[in-house]
Amino acid sequence: MRISRRILAGLATASLAVTATSCGGGGTSGSFDDTVTVGILHSLSGTMAISESTLVDTEKMAIEEINAAGGVKVGGKSYKIEYIVEDGASDWPTFAEKSKKLIDQDGVPVVFGGWTSASRKAMLPVYESKDAFLYYPIQYEAQECSNNIFYTGATPNQQSEPATDFMYKRSPAAGGDFFLVGSDYVFPRTSNTITKAQVKQLGGKVVGEDYLPLGNTEVAPIISKIKKALPEGGIIINTLNGDQNVAFFKQIQDAGITPSSGYYVMNYSIAEEEISTIGPEFLEGHYGAWNYMMSIDTPASKKFAASFKKRWGADRVVADPQESAYNMVYLWKQAVEDAGTFDDNAVREALVGQKFDAPQGPVEVMPNHHLSQTVRIGEINAEGGFTILEETGVVLPQAWNQKHPSSKGFACDWTDPSKGEKYKL
Amino acid sequence: MELLLDSLFNGVAIGSVLLVAALGLAIVFGLMGVINLAHGELMMLGAYTTYVTQLIFKLPILKPFYNSYIIVSIFLAFIVSGVVGILLEKTIIRKLYGSPLETLLATWGVSLILQQFVRSVPLAYGTGLVISLLIGLFLPTTFPSKIKESINFKYFKFSSWIFAVLTGVLTGSVISSSVSKLSRASARNVDVTAPSWMRGQVEIIGTAFPKTRLMIIVITLISVIAITLFLNQSAWGMRIRAVTQNRQMSDCLGISTEKVDIITFGIGSGLAGVAGVAVSLLGSVGPNVGGNYIVGCFMVVVLGGVGNLLGTVLASFGIGIMTDLIGAGRLLSIWPDMPLPLSNTINFFATTSMARVMIFALIVIFLQFKPTGLFPQKGRMVEN
Repeated sequence: MRISRRILAGLATASLAVTATSCGGGGTSGSFDDTVTVGILHSLSGTMAISESTLVDTEKMAIEEINAAGGVKVGGKSYKIEYIVEDGASDWPTFAEKSKKLIDQDGVPVVFGGWTSASRKAMLPVYESKDAFLYYPIQYEAQECSNNIFYTGATPNQQSEPATDFMYKRSPAAGGDFFLVGSDYVFPRTSNTITKAQVKQLGGKVVGEDYLPLGNTEVAPIISKIKKALPEGGIIINTLNGDQNVAFFKQIQDAGITPSSGYYVMNYSIAEEEISTIGPEFLEGHYGAWNYMMSIDTPASKKFAASFKKRWGADRVVADPQESAYNMVYLWKQAVEDAGTFDDNAVREALVGQKFDAPQGPVEVMPNHHLSQTVRIGEINAEGGFTILEETGVVLPQAWNQKHPSSKGFACDWTDPSKGEKYKL
Repeated sequence: MELLLDSLFNGVAIGSVLLVAALGLAIVFGLMGVINLAHGELMMLGAYTTYVTQLIFKLPILKPFYNSYIIVSIFLAFIVSGVVGILLEKTIIRKLYGSPLETLLATWGVSLILQQFVRSVPLAYGTGLVISLLIGLFLPTTFPSKIKESINFKYFKFSSWIFAVLTGVLTGSVISSSVSKLSRASARNVDVTAPSWMRGQVEIIGTAFPKTRLMIIVITLISVIAITLFLNQSAWGMRIRAVTQNRQMSDCLGISTEKVDIITFGIGSGLAGVAGVAVSLLGSVGPNVGGNYIVGCFMVVVLGGVGNLLGTVLASFGIGIMTDLIGAGRLLSIWPDMPLPLSNTINFFATTSMARVMIFALIVIFLQFKPTGLFPQKGRMVEN
């Protein structure tokens, strides 16, 4: 009895010690005048945890870098950034609930969070009703433009449109027919609607389209459709999700659908992280389109990759979503310093027009709360990275896609009160 | 001709994945009547066994035999899933015979535990644990009957468990120190790469067939033949059939029903492991891999008629061929100039998602007319 009580006491002290050291981002050190606490909201458990935890790591790294460089300077005072990490648990209502908690209870001036479109759609009403601000770092299907969300990922015209153009005009399968494959949810379907419109404009032909229900790995019917529709090879646009890619690439390779027989797959959801999971031997010779690729040979890109490896382990890789997450922390810091306050409305105004030398190159915040970015097309190589084939100039974001039939001719501008979320061009 | 061959092959290929996955369930659910929701997770264990075997065969000592790892892993997967299944039967399911709702909940709980287990336990130590279980459960049964019947047998049993745990920990740490990929727990999906002789395609009568698909068909055929022979030709097979037909009477006639239950459940679980090997060749291996198949397995068993292996075989090939016919829009290529409304309907269902909807709808309609499946059980035992 006595022993167990002693053990209990020991455990209690130990856990107290752990809480004391792990609470928040550490205490205020002498060189700062004050602290500001921001919110980080990603899934740390459930199916999305694998992807989203890399964003948490990147955001923590960015915050640590800013603190090491003297913190945020507002109104002549220097603020140390601290953070509260909340777990969205891969469950969309939880994202909304935790957002409320961060805004109301913790009073954070900004939340960095989300990955899936479903989580963003769940959070959107919370931020709009409380007039708070969410920073969302993922490439997505667009067709949305909120005054309370700031999107640092690519819109379709910054990823899929240049990629389709490349495939139709300059890839080894140039001029060939298209086959579209995706997982059955909102991003692939929206993205493919845009691709179909674009292929038609280019004068090409989409000969088939199929969607795999999430979780399904039986690709045999899709393979026979591809072979029937593209007997001599052609272009495949792939928007499959995560693990379904493994089944897809293993089985198409076995069925002889490979670059050497004239089939080239352009991927929108496969970055460095995914290449290492699927295995470069299945992906070599296919393509990917991103704003950031780890193989970009500039000092900024190398520094970003090196500091991430130094902070989180030499076997880690950086990819496009992480770069977006990194940029958004810095852009927020710049906007706050320019506005001279943490107040939402002032920061929102100061944010538009902010420029940042990102690892991908210069980016700028546009009046539609999206970023102007560079688009790169890469060929997947045997080492598990991208060989960059081409690079566009800076591409302006379209919150409302100009090729999608439902949004053609519309745009978004939050700097002009008469225009707002969706106005006719 | 080529089209027909292609379609038939695709149907058989899809069907054999379903069949190999459902075969174990046909025994556990069909013969024993146990609703085992952890069946998918037993498949997952088989898939992870393939992954572990693959990595162990990459070690320098075993490297020359690397090409045969897939054959070895079929046997290992059978043993691993079988042992876990036996443990499951001994600890949980035995107490719940005759109460299907409780079994359903309990096995669902087990499936969650197994999923979390592979997420949070390093695979090297997971392997060690399975080895401990294997030795602990089977070593005592190999003792001569003189020891088994003595009063001190419990001490022998106890010491063999100690030996088992020690061996398990030892193998666990040996594997963990020699294969770094297995020494850390990870929730990330892993990948099984088929050996080079199994990749690519073979040409048969002018049509190219993927080799992995052929391999899965072969694994399925062998499993079906082996299990049919076992049930119909061996003494234990006869006992299993006797117990499933009339438990009380078999008990009276001196058949140890307890042993029969263990063996039946062990074999059913082991077959799930073999299915795991097949599935790992198609996609990635992760904690949820089995969950994706469980609904399909129950569907096949119910459609085929509970308790009938032949029904299960026909049902899975039937569903496979239907999936290919509808999902790939085959009818259009057989009859290209059909009336427009009909061809539009066929095109509408010619996607993977819609084909699934269509097949489920057809099965529901079929079961309205034949609620007991293709081959219902006949005779007096059906009534009780």
